[in-house]
Amino acid sequence: MNIVTDPKTLHEFEKHSIKVEKISRRGILKGLGVAGGLVLAAPLMSRQAFAAYQTGASKMPHGVVVDPRVFVAIAPDGVVTIIAHRAEMGTGVRTSLPLIVAEEMEADWSRVKVKQAHGDEKTFGNQDTDGSRSTRHYLIPMRQIGAAARTMLEETAAKRWSVPASEVKAQNHEVVHAASGRRVGFGELANDAAKLPVPDINGLKLKDPKDFRYLGKGQVSIVDLHDITTGKAHYGIDTRLPGMKYAVIARPPVTGGKLKSFDPADAMKVAGVEKVIEVKGWPWPSKFQPLGGVAVIARNTGAAIKGRAALKVVWDDGANASYDSVAYRKQLEEAARKPGLVVRKEGDAEAALKSADKVVTGEYYIPHLAHVSMEPPVAVANVTGDKVEVWAPVQSPGGTREDLAKTLGIPEDNVTVNVTLLGGGFGRKSKCDFVLEAALLSKAIGAPVKVQWTREDDLHHDFLHTVSVEHIEAGLDKSGKVVAWRHRSAAPSIASTFAPNVKHQAPFELGMGLIDMPFEIANLQCENPEAEAHTRIGWFRSVSNIPKAFAVQSMVGELAAATKRDQKEMLLELIGSPRIVKLDSVKDPWNYGEPYDSYPIDTARLRRVVEVVADQGKWGRSVPKGHGLGIAAHRSFVSYVATIVEASVDDKGKLTVHQVDTAIDCGTYVNPERIQSQIEGAAIMGLSLAKYGEVTFKNGKVEQNNFDTFPVIRMDESPLVTHVHIVPPGPDTPPSGVGEPGVPPFAPALINAIFAATGKRIRSLPIGKQLET
Amino acid sequence: MIKVKINGQEQSWDGDPDLPLLWFLRDEAGLTGTKFGCGEALCGACTVIVDKQAVRACITSISDVAGRDVTTIEGLHPTGDHPVQKAWRQVNVPQCGYCQAGQIMQAVALLTDNPKPTHDQIREAMAGNICRCGCYQRIETAVHLASTGV
Repeated sequence: MNIVTDPKTLHEFEKHSIKVEKISRRGILKGLGVAGGLVLAAPLMSRQAFAAYQTGASKMPHGVVVDPRVFVAIAPDGVVTIIAHRAEMGTGVRTSLPLIVAEEMEADWSRVKVKQAHGDEKTFGNQDTDGSRSTRHYLIPMRQIGAAARTMLEETAAKRWSVPASEVKAQNHEVVHAASGRRVGFGELANDAAKLPVPDINGLKLKDPKDFRYLGKGQVSIVDLHDITTGKAHYGIDTRLPGMKYAVIARPPVTGGKLKSFDPADAMKVAGVEKVIEVKGWPWPSKFQPLGGVAVIARNTGAAIKGRAALKVVWDDGANASYDSVAYRKQLEEAARKPGLVVRKEGDAEAALKSADKVVTGEYYIPHLAHVSMEPPVAVANVTGDKVEVWAPVQSPGGTREDLAKTLGIPEDNVTVNVTLLGGGFGRKSKCDFVLEAALLSKAIGAPVKVQWTREDDLHHDFLHTVSVEHIEAGLDKSGKVVAWRHRSAAPSIASTFAPNVKHQAPFELGMGLIDMPFEIANLQCENPEAEAHTRIGWFRSVSNIPKAFAVQSMVGELAAATKRDQKEMLLELIGSPRIVKLDSVKDPWNYGEPYDSYPIDTARLRRVVEVVADQGKWGRSVPKGHGLGIAAHRSFVSYVATIVEASVDDKGKLTVHQVDTAIDCGTYVNPERIQSQIEGAAIMGLSLAKYGEVTFKNGKVEQNNFDTFPVIRMDESPLVTHVHIVPPGPDTPPSGVGEPGVPPFAPALINAIFAATGKRIRSLPIGKQLET
Repeated sequence: MIKVKINGQEQSWDGDPDLPLLWFLRDEAGLTGTKFGCGEALCGACTVIVDKQAVRACITSISDVAGRDVTTIEGLHPTGDHPVQKAWRQVNVPQCGYCQAGQIMQAVALLTDNPKPTHDQIREAMAGNICRCGCYQRIETAVHLASTGV
């Protein structure tokens, strides 16, 4: 099934959609007494096996829209079309969310088509595909949408047969009256059903989960599978418009730099090059606005790249020209060794560290990381008069629309954002600078333009993962019990991309493994020393959880070694009793934007993933000489994950990962097969960042250019086998994140395994050549 | 004028003879199944088959393939049912899917050369193709499956 890139096709869709008595959405909102989105009604979940819970969905920009008229269309031939309003970057969300609707409306999945929504949050609700939020925010809304459609179909059939609605039942794309044996297909009912009002969502009956045919089963493949394997799947790079020109841009190599002058003469001599023009840039920091530079516009991408190589440009490097990763690391280390802003305090860690029998100190370094999605940033824009239409692989179609409107100075209604498949996202494609570039260029030359980033552009101008020094001191009493813990985290903040003079991490960064640290320790202090950014910092899959989980879980391994105890026993002792962690001393616990009563830090669940992975992954098994086992556990995106790695290092320092076992508790889930694939992938990404991941700066410029200098894991060094153990949800467990939480525990589990194998403790990532000496 | 046979159809080009085959395929011939990932033969996303051999289209110029047979993912099988494609679907290999055309073409070339590769041979032959989503375990399974019949 091809992705729809033409908004007209989507408008066509309205012709076939269930037309209902007009209820204004405002009216529905009013009925619930909420502004900004629908609060998902608790009463709906009071059925057995479905507990009442609230999510942070309604607090997201534009909230949630629960309306079958927006998301579902039934054609007279029975084909059901369901809108996917979130972006597909490999998590399977374009399948999973429509599958929930199909399940609840009793549609037959083989007769369902999925269409991609364009960027329009007023119509579809929040579309920002980020933060591992889609299933957790949309499980119930999608069920409600499906249940509303099903109810309308059932009522229509009941009316037709003059029987009470309670006697009919939707079943596999038909409505059935069991008493008389009558049955009628969804397609036949569609027109009449469309005349009914949409039922009140508070009165809807949701299916009993024991009747689920698709949810939780993992037997449905992603809708794009055939197209992907035949080259027909439509990514951002694949859009072609009549008269379209191809552009690459030379951008200022130092963040905050700008164009001084350029000479287009040699570039213009390259066959196929048609124009060389300046692109407007914004001063840093400017959120996602383009960096500016010089665009080479050609009849094909190859000519544009060749033309750019011939271009002569002089840059004014600006204030970040002295950014140097070696010097900056020293700066961060100094900051992390001195007191910083206290962001969590329980008991008196200072005094307890002084009086401790023994203090174990660990200082951990994690450099900048680049996203390097296999599809580099790319976008097509067509500006005509005061309108713009774009085709782009964006995680945030709604945000892209807003930014396009602001950048071009036109109303949002004049902006159409067609969402293609994303060739990987990992957070990079949440930032729409590349789309804005395409729009500016299309406006300038009066033709459709594709802006293609090369891999070098991607590495040189990414919104990088931060760089951090995490400094932890743990005090033990005579019995070896940890009685004091002080963790200082020094890292430039993502907030620096949005505003100048940012010196501290934002609550959403502190809340990714620092202030939400779940250990039961009497004297605990978390500090955030100052750090200033000198490049564009952005979120990378699992974000600040990477350095924080690496530090905290490495420290668990260090404490186990210092007290000669088993890593898993040490970990469970630190997690402590099964309880809900109280964060009374934390000003803003953030909690991934979720209400704490629905999504508390529940140490019983963290303990459980440790026990499950230890049991299933056979923790403590005997391993060959030179091999070691390491374990780590971390809660992120309100899910709980524990990982065991078996690794070996040979006498030449060659690292092999023999086996990975990961247990995840992500609450109620939709598609376990895609959870498995996300966790398998998280092990690879975790291994990539642990072994190789490092972007460095010299004279303000990124030193890495391509996959030769920024390597990622390839098949010949990937784990020999990865097992995924999904913890079955309790009956009351709300869904939680899957896309990101697999990443953070991998690196510390690996490092703990390397220590078990070799006695060598790695505290600075990437591992690189450290095992060779 | 350079002539090249792509998926059985003759195409011609009278522009820059150094134009990488990748951009000829994508931008001039409209065959967008072959993907761009690095431009330096480091990632394998652009893998196509030229006379039975896997080739990185990003560093192969159009003049290099003059008079030769180029097969892209679009030309692999009329209904997309080459054993490797079927194995890919059976194992649910892809996540984002962007690198998979290149992976599939590399796997086809491997199996043409070595119909029954061992575990280590698969891992070695496929090591030039990067998957940032990390589908390697399933790619390996799918290649093995394709080699034993789907």
